Amino acid sequence: MYTDKVMEHFRNPRNMGEIPNADGVGTVGNPVCGDLMSIYIKVKDNRLEDIKFKTFGCGAAIATSSMITELAKGKTLEEAMKISRGDVADSLGGLPPIKMHCSNLAADGLHAAIQDYLKKKGANK
Amino acid sequence: MMRRVYLDHAAGKPVDQRVLEALNLFFSERYGNPSSLHTWGNDARKAMEDARAKIVSLVGAKRAEEVFFTSGGTESNNLAIKGVAYRNRDKGNHIVTTAIEHMSVINPCKALMKEGLDVTFVPVDKYGTVDLSSLEKAVTDKTTLVSVMYANGEIGTIQPIREIGDIAHRKRALLHVDAVAAVGQMPIDVERENIDLMSVSSNDIYGPRGVGALYVKTGTRIQPIIQGGGQERGLRSGTENIPGIVGMGKAAEITQAEMKTESRRLALLRDRLIKGLTENIPSSFLNGHPTQRLPDNANVRFSYIEGESLILSLDMLGVACSSGSACTSKTLEPSHVLLAIGLRHEEAHGSLLFTLGKQNTEEDVDYLVNAMPDIVKRLRAISPLTPKELLT
Repeated sequence: MYTDKVMEHFRNPRNMGEIPNADGVGTVGNPVCGDLMSIYIKVKDNRLEDIKFKTFGCGAAIATSSMITELAKGKTLEEAMKISRGDVADSLGGLPPIKMHCSNLAADGLHAAIQDYLKKKGANK
Repeated sequence: MMRRVYLDHAAGKPVDQRVLEALNLFFSERYGNPSSLHTWGNDARKAMEDARAKIVSLVGAKRAEEVFFTSGGTESNNLAIKGVAYRNRDKGNHIVTTAIEHMSVINPCKALMKEGLDVTFVPVDKYGTVDLSSLEKAVTDKTTLVSVMYANGEIGTIQPIREIGDIAHRKRALLHVDAVAAVGQMPIDVERENIDLMSVSSNDIYGPRGVGALYVKTGTRIQPIIQGGGQERGLRSGTENIPGIVGMGKAAEITQAEMKTESRRLALLRDRLIKGLTENIPSSFLNGHPTQRLPDNANVRFSYIEGESLILSLDMLGVACSSGSACTSKTLEPSHVLLAIGLRHEEAHGSLLFTLGKQNTEEDVDYLVNAMPDIVKRLRAISPLTPKELLT
């Protein structure tokens, strides 16, 4: 059902964990639906210096979380905001159609973390 | 080579070798149509009636005329529900069933609701046992059919069928029992247990897929849902699936002879599995009834993680099982059975179903029990829901 790439990320997720004192945190999904994802970011000079995730969910949810950390790390905030759900799925060699909707949340999680960072930064000014 | 452990027998069972030998000739050499008058036809008809007699014996029916072959459990359930509902409209327009039935009972009931019939779905308690007082209140003089499964294939809970039959019969309603998960695991006697209609599937007793049967007590008012050439005394048209029927008959014969020993063996394996998982893994729990339980069934939930990731992880180690998670179903909803016993959605998502079978051994169970703690630990480390104290 899943591509080898999805399974590889499920087996060996990259950047799994939390960042203590993260600059931004984005939590998306809902355990009721079976997928819940938290993305933690550390920002330096407008770039994603570090990014980590924690995910409750199916194989696709874990693989997309892992993939987005790879895609986003080192990117500027503007570049990271442009990473889409489709980009994540494509980088994994595709997802089963039913998973495109429910488990492909990682881009949303990343965007939420960046917005959280921008909000906090705005509040500190 | 990696060990391979199949613990998903509710999803599909291997066909017994003796069954394969019995049915094979009916594909290529004994291919007559039982409706034909010539020698080929007589040969097929005789084989079919031999098979029927074995199903009659397995379920405790009185007469051969009470067993009708179908294409499987789903068709048997559809035929029982729609066939009784349509034929008994003069008595009433109400069906009573439960919240934990198989989809092949729930969905025909929902289809009938769209046609204007009333259906009451009676709740179950936290173990999955039908609430008898709710059932008693639900059944009225207008109720034509009460449909309750003998045992639930997902959580294993066995229902008090005789009491349920008494309640139905007091209001002159018929009792249909979906016994697909239970047949072959425990002795069932339709006469003694006052069952009017009962669904049986072939693959669940190690016969081929694509065949099943419906027991219909003599005198029961039912009409066909498939029309055609009038086979099966008009109740189920369509040329009979002779290889399938012969195979199901042989499977019934084997099951009846071996059930007692095999069920006892499976129950021991089941208890070893349940104990091995729930005692070694923190925050893991048995779903379903602790004692009124099918011998082959263990349903265990693991808090804070999701079932599909568990299945994928187990598959990497050669172990096959099922889950109550939405992610493994065709819809996005978790199992209605797990929700009906009061589990929260996230608890249902984290439940695994292990169903044992003939070829499973203690070594298989121990392999699972040894592999599981690390899998759960890894996924809990990834999950944001896991409490800190479980992460050490």
